[in-house]
Amino acid sequence: MKTSGTAGPKPAVLAGLVALGFIGLAVATPMLALVAIAPALPDLSGDYLGFVWSITKFTVLQAGLSTLLSVLAAIPLARALARQATFPGRHIVLRLLALPLALPALVVVLGIVEVWGRQGWISTMLQSTGLSGPLNIYGLAGILIAHVFFNMALAARLLVAALEQIPPENWRLAAQLSFSSRHVFRHIEWPVIRSVLPGIASLVFMLCIASFAVVLVLGGGPKATTLEVAIYQSLRFDFDPPRAVLLAGLQLALCAGLFVLGGRMATDIAVMSSVGKPARRPDRFASRRIDSLVVAAGLTFLALPMLAIVLSGIAAPFGVIVSQPVFWRALVTSLILALTAATLALVMAWCLLAAQRTIMRHRIPSRTASAFMSSMQASGSLILVVPPVVIGAGWFVVLHRTGLANSAAPVIVAIVNALMALPFALRILRPAVVGQAQIHDRLCASLGLSGLQRWRLIDLPVLTRSFALAFAFAAALSIGDLGAAALFGSADFVTLPLLLLQKMGSYRSVEAAGIALLLAGFCLGLIWLAEQLKPGAQTS
Amino acid sequence: MLRLFTLCLAALMALVLPASAKDKLTVYTYDSFVSDWGPGPKIKTAFEASCNCELEWVAVADAVATLNRIKLEGSGSKADILLGIDTSLTAEASATGLFEEHGISTDNIKLPVPWTDKTFVPYDYGHFAIIYDSEKIKTPPASLDELVNGDPEQKIVIQDPRTSSPGLGLLLWIKAVYGDKAGEAWTKLSRRVLTVTPGWSEAYGMFTKGEAPMVLSYTTSPAYHMVAESTERYRAASFPEGHYMQIEVAGILKSSQNKPLARQFLDFMTGPGFQNHIPTNNWMWPAGKTSDALPDAFDKLVKPAKSLLLSADEVNASRKAWIDEWLKATTR
Repeated sequence: MKTSGTAGPKPAVLAGLVALGFIGLAVATPMLALVAIAPALPDLSGDYLGFVWSITKFTVLQAGLSTLLSVLAAIPLARALARQATFPGRHIVLRLLALPLALPALVVVLGIVEVWGRQGWISTMLQSTGLSGPLNIYGLAGILIAHVFFNMALAARLLVAALEQIPPENWRLAAQLSFSSRHVFRHIEWPVIRSVLPGIASLVFMLCIASFAVVLVLGGGPKATTLEVAIYQSLRFDFDPPRAVLLAGLQLALCAGLFVLGGRMATDIAVMSSVGKPARRPDRFASRRIDSLVVAAGLTFLALPMLAIVLSGIAAPFGVIVSQPVFWRALVTSLILALTAATLALVMAWCLLAAQRTIMRHRIPSRTASAFMSSMQASGSLILVVPPVVIGAGWFVVLHRTGLANSAAPVIVAIVNALMALPFALRILRPAVVGQAQIHDRLCASLGLSGLQRWRLIDLPVLTRSFALAFAFAAALSIGDLGAAALFGSADFVTLPLLLLQKMGSYRSVEAAGIALLLAGFCLGLIWLAEQLKPGAQTS
Repeated sequence: MLRLFTLCLAALMALVLPASAKDKLTVYTYDSFVSDWGPGPKIKTAFEASCNCELEWVAVADAVATLNRIKLEGSGSKADILLGIDTSLTAEASATGLFEEHGISTDNIKLPVPWTDKTFVPYDYGHFAIIYDSEKIKTPPASLDELVNGDPEQKIVIQDPRTSSPGLGLLLWIKAVYGDKAGEAWTKLSRRVLTVTPGWSEAYGMFTKGEAPMVLSYTTSPAYHMVAESTERYRAASFPEGHYMQIEVAGILKSSQNKPLARQFLDFMTGPGFQNHIPTNNWMWPAGKTSDALPDAFDKLVKPAKSLLLSADEVNASRKAWIDEWLKATTR
């Protein structure tokens, strides 16, 4: 590989390769281990293949529609939130957008049923006004409502972050030219949205592909079977590890294929250089009324199920909950897990992006370099569709052979959570890291800054906001994650979502609702904490 | 940041450091059994008082997961005993060849059906039942047939037989009653099914939230509401065709290094020191000798006139075919 005169590029590329190797190892090892213990090849009759084909069609259909609706709804919401940079409570709204991700699917499903179900608030309202009978959401409609709830918030938050990076010069120019709202969208906002949209859409798509409880419960039954359900079934009830790996491979290939198609639509990252406060936009007055409407509509949709969750949680016997030692054990475990996983995710994301930046900067044309770039893109995308149940079972086999199964379990759970958070971290950090690079590289070169020094003096200060957001998302994701932690059962290793599920599974649904509320509270706390992560001298 | 990370990792490891090194009996079970409010901690205290040993519970998500864990670990498992699988899994468990005959006296065992399995010892049982909300349904279905053919507007939430034990229980129940006509029964019943959940928790949560007036659960479920919430609102519907049974069992691993102690535990399991904790902690019927009287709530429960149970071998051999039949009948 060709490097420039300084010693800078090499370590960055090396760190990226190490991160990539780590990710590959963490994902491939368990899949190979499961194949290795197979007594025989999976039994794949024609009937079964027909079944797989029909559930694959359904999986892609529901995930595709969910993604389309989530993103279409997120664009106006994000534009409105970015345009109105100062309204009271905006901070809280932005934090709330990260919250659905942290809530266990079971909790969200019950919240959505309470709002949209047959006996839900909306049905009751419609019936009392005589407009119509009870709603019946069970089927594709229910799946879409729940997925849009989860992912519109996510997509909107990521889009707001991108829009806020638009440099103030653009807005001054727009004001001078008296751009209309349509012009602003076409010439300023759309290029930015377009550069991040493929990444966001692919993230949402994968989350919907891997969705499990939501699809079964709100899908109304076995008609709404997805690949994830089949994987879960073949690994658990049928105990057919090779078939599980095969189906997981199919799911991976499917997503990879779609991303190759989607990759053609991706554009270069728009160069951005916003440091400090989001710009005061000249168009904020003219669009105030429509923005209020859009924000109000979006918030109502998001807030109603959250309100249902709060209302059922608020009645919980909190005295009883906090008097149980297991609650505190679970809380401490969850917090440590969330912090570890988020940190690890950020470190991995940074390594990958720094390597990518170096390769782009030096225009290293070799085949190795381009292979690295594409495997990085893939690793940042496809991890989410490797079912945690497969990673967990596979790692269990490996660790059991080495006698480490129990002591290493928390570490594996942290790593799996970090891997799941990586796609979020990459999407949040990439525009900032790569965009910043193009602006600051020449400056750094002329000042002779490189390596850690550059990271501390140049990169860290300007990236703080993106880092905080990435950390918040990663922490929220792992504090709410159930999958990974549930795989290595041990009476000593209890996380909050696991405790919630145990309460729910033994008639204590009222206590479970209280724990869900506390979980949401701690998650907001972590997001707030992440926002406080500022290097001393810099104000953001 | 790196320092914080190392610190966090160390703290995570410390959370699972092993305790002391007495003579130790390791029992794998499902997690609700050993939760703070489950029977596990009380049974541990009672057994350790008599055995001069340490009882270690290792909890995995649910019964199926415990058996999978044993399969993954094979003969290198550190489990002495597996506790918590039911009779729909015993044949599959025996077929692994990882379990050995229990060799203990079964005199204490009390079940509505004769017990002949030489590998597994039962510790509790329950009957599946349709639980209904008496504030919403005044005339509950009086038979399984009425449930199957009833008003499609009156909904029930059930669990998926591919992912949940009660779900599989209903599948076997309908098979035991309808035999070859099970597929038709499912097609009719599916008109009343509001939704099919992956586990018991989602279904029961939707039921208690009022989304559906009926749910598939156990005859013992009303006892929880009577004892813990002092309400008789939720009741089980009694079906003359019989109710399908779930018998939960434990067995000794061939690879155990502690077989005398393991036998001592299984023996203990059939007596009052274990059985007294079952009714109000696991909300199932005890399958052995108790010394405490059952709470009054248990007297008020539906007691099925007929217990249905397909043989473990038949279930093991036909489960896949029956699930396919269910899929075809309900996705039509």
